[in-house]
Formats: sequence, structure tokens, C-alpha cells
Amino acid sequence: MSYEPKLVGFLCNWCSYTGADLAGTSRIQYPPNIRIIRVMCSARIDPSFILQSLGKGADGVLICGCHPGDCHYSEGNYKAMRRYPLLKRLLDAYGIEHERVRLEWVSASEGQRFADVVADMTERLRALGPCRVKTALATDQIER
Amino acid sequence: MAAKKLQIALYWGAACGGCDVAVLDTNEFILTVGEAADIRLWPIAADGKYQDIEAMADGELDLSLFNGAVRNSENEHIAKLLRRKSKLLVAFGSCAHLGGIPGLANLTSKEDIFATAYLGNASIEPGNRTVPHPKTQVNGHSLEIPAFYRRVYRLSDVVDVDYFVPGCPPEPSQIKNVLLAVVKGELPPKKSVVGASERTLCDDCARRKTEKKVKRFYRPWEIIQDPERCLLEQGIVCMGPATRSGCGVRCPNSNQGCRGCYGPAPGVVDHGAKFLSAISSIIDSKDPKEIDAILGTLPDFIGIAYRFGLPASILQRRHGA
Ligand code: FES
Repeated sequence: MSYEPKLVGFLCNWCSYTGADLAGTSRIQYPPNIRIIRVMCSARIDPSFILQSLGKGADGVLICGCHPGDCHYSEGNYKAMRRYPLLKRLLDAYGIEHERVRLEWVSASEGQRFADVVADMTERLRALGPCRVKTALATDQIER
Repeated sequence: MAAKKLQIALYWGAACGGCDVAVLDTNEFILTVGEAADIRLWPIAADGKYQDIEAMADGELDLSLFNGAVRNSENEHIAKLLRRKSKLLVAFGSCAHLGGIPGLANLTSKEDIFATAYLGNASIEPGNRTVPHPKTQVNGHSLEIPAFYRRVYRLSDVVDVDYFVPGCPPEPSQIKNVLLAVVKGELPPKKSVVGASERTLCDDCARRKTEKKVKRFYRPWEIIQDPERCLLEQGIVCMGPATRSGCGVRCPNSNQGCRGCYGPAPGVVDHGAKFLSAISSIIDSKDPKEIDAILGTLPDFIGIAYRFGLPASILQRRHGA
């Protein structure tokens, strides 16, 4: 069976989701591999959302927020910025390629940039291959 | 034979013995338990053989307190046996509740553990290849030892558990409360965490809390701390914001950061992820390079974040090859 990467995107409402919307209304083509979840701010993306996405079958997770300085709640994206390096360290320690999770700043006017990021990440996930976590957790309960 | 006496068993799986000592630390109280109950099995403190438990009728025990994680076939066998024979089975202490310190072994493999313990250690004679095997033949006899599993499990991974008592080890005063609740039949709905609080540790901590902004993290010995002020504000790692209270805030009261042994606070899905959020939010920088440098002063993050509960985390263990 051919492998199509499953990408979950958490997008902040004010910049990045609007940017993705612009990509749509401008009819910019980008891979259909992304499933977008709209949140109010990139700070709302609890690290457990990302772990849960990977644990439930996502091959990658994209986090998008307003550019630094532009967050609708002024400081929210800095919180996302500070969590990200630690999250990458956590994934490495779990033996999961940290490239599966990516943080990008996308403004409301950057429809093209959003499309490019999704296309690029989809290709990288294709090269990385499927994330095995979900199957591993489902099949190895009480591995003796 | 007083038919009304409570029939109880205590067992240790993959544990250090601290949970059993905590039960003994209830002092005179444990003697009153002895009067009100028959202790049918307690490997660390009383006689009692597995065969005696096997010979019991199902449900004959009123209460079993199981401490320790499930690491080998003996732990699993006794877990299943006690489940069958007990009306109430309690996961007692961090290891049975969440996997505990032994659960950190899920970041490595059985092969690596064996290689370190039996082949690679400096105290082992070079060339020695003696590794334990579940079955050995000696002089025509077959000897068996428990089989070491590939991973460490929580008690609830192998059997149905009625209640969870957190803590490494559980606080003696909380143990009393739990035992009294059992005697009086005043237990909350099944599957509850008992002998703990519904608040976070920070809610109960008396230290002064103002603004949290740190430029670096310190190991406890690297800094002279202010005994009145929030430890996190001083850059000392403390799991308080993500952790369930109930221990009496013992560590912060002794000038140590909370290590998280009471497990995730109510409503928290992943202890380490919640702690990750908390600790990142206090970093005083908006510059990715500086943030990296500040985080660099935080060693072994996964070991801090899941010190007592890796097997209970969303991702549970190390993945990949
Ligand atoms: S609103 Fe966009 S990152 Fe906060």
C-alpha cells in the first residue's frame, strides 16, 4: 500500500488560519495531506496535543502562529516558541524523529508561504516514512 | 478464627521496598490494623506463602495493596492471583500506579539492560558471559527464575485495579486514611485516586509566588536558595504546577523541588507534557538562540518530566529500533 503522510496542523485563528484561508480563496494548490485544527492562539497548543496526535496516527504535526511580535494576545507565540525546543528534545528521547514536528510563523497575508510549508513538510514526511508509534502502542501491549 | 477480621495482603512487584516501609511508618497504627485484620501475605514483614494464597477461595481477601511495577513474570502472576482472590485491589505507590522509577527503563531495551548489568559493568570479569535465563539445567534438574519482560508495566496494564494510592512512597498519614476508609466502607467510586488531593502541589505550597522569569536553571546544589520564595522563580526545577498534591508538600518544604511522585494533577493527560508547558513559560527570553541556551541548563529533560510515570505517558516508552 502506498504511503500518504498524515499531517495534523494546529493553526492560530488570527494569523495562520487566515493565511491558510487565503491560500484557499487564492486557489493556491497544496497537498491534501494536512488536517487543520483551528485554535485561538499558538499558545493554546498544549504539548500533549502533539504527543496525542503522534500517538493516534499522525505522521507529523505542524504548529503555526503569528510572527513574533504579532500575536493577537501579544505574548502567546513566545510561549509556543519556548516549548518547541524542549518538545524536540522530548521526541528525540522517545526515539521519534523531531523533524515530525515543526513550528512556523505564518501571517494572514502569507497564503503562498502556508502552501509552501505544507508542501515541503509533506515531502519531508514522505521521505521519513510512516510514524510507527500508533501501531507499536496498539500491538505491543504486554510484550513479554 | 474471628470471621469478621479483615483479610488483607500486601505485595511488592518491581519496587525498592520504600512503600512497605511507609506502611510500617504508620507506627502504632499498623498494630491496630493487625488487631482488626489478618495479614495473609506480606513478603517484607510477615510469613505467608504463594501457595496459601493459591489455596484461597476467589474473593476471600478483602483488600490487597500491590506496590511496585510489573517487570517480570512473577510480578504478573501474583498480580493476577491477588486480583482473583481480592475484593479490592489497590495500586499502591508510584510504581504500581504509574510505573514509577523502574518505568524509566522503558527508555532503553532489555538487551541493553542485560549488557550493562551482566556483561559490561566494570566489576565483571572480562569475557564473562553469564546472563540469567528463565530456565537452567543443573545436575539433571530444571531450575526456573521469573522471566524478565521487555518493558515495565503499571499494575493496571495487566489487571483491573480498583483504586490508586499515589506517592513514592505514599504518605503514612494518607495510608491511614485509606485503610480507615476501607474499614468503614467509605471509599469513593471505583478507579479513583485515593489518599491524595484534587489540587496541584502549588495550590498547597506556602512559598511566596510572584513573577516567574528565569534566565537559567540551577541544580539544587548550585544555588543558595531563598527558603520563602517559589523554587521555580529561583530557577530550581519543581514539578509542582503539573503534580497532584496530597504529600503534604514535603519536598518544597525541605528545600527541594517537587519530583512529581504523586503523578499528574487531576485533569492532566500527560504529566511530562504539562510540565513542559509550565517550565517553558517561565523562561525569560524572546530570542530562539537564548531560549536554547537557557534550556541547555536543564539536564535530562525526559528523566525529569516522567521520573515516576513514563509507562503512563501518552507515548509510553522509547520507540524505533
Ligand atoms: S494569536 Fe496567533 S499566535 Fe497568538
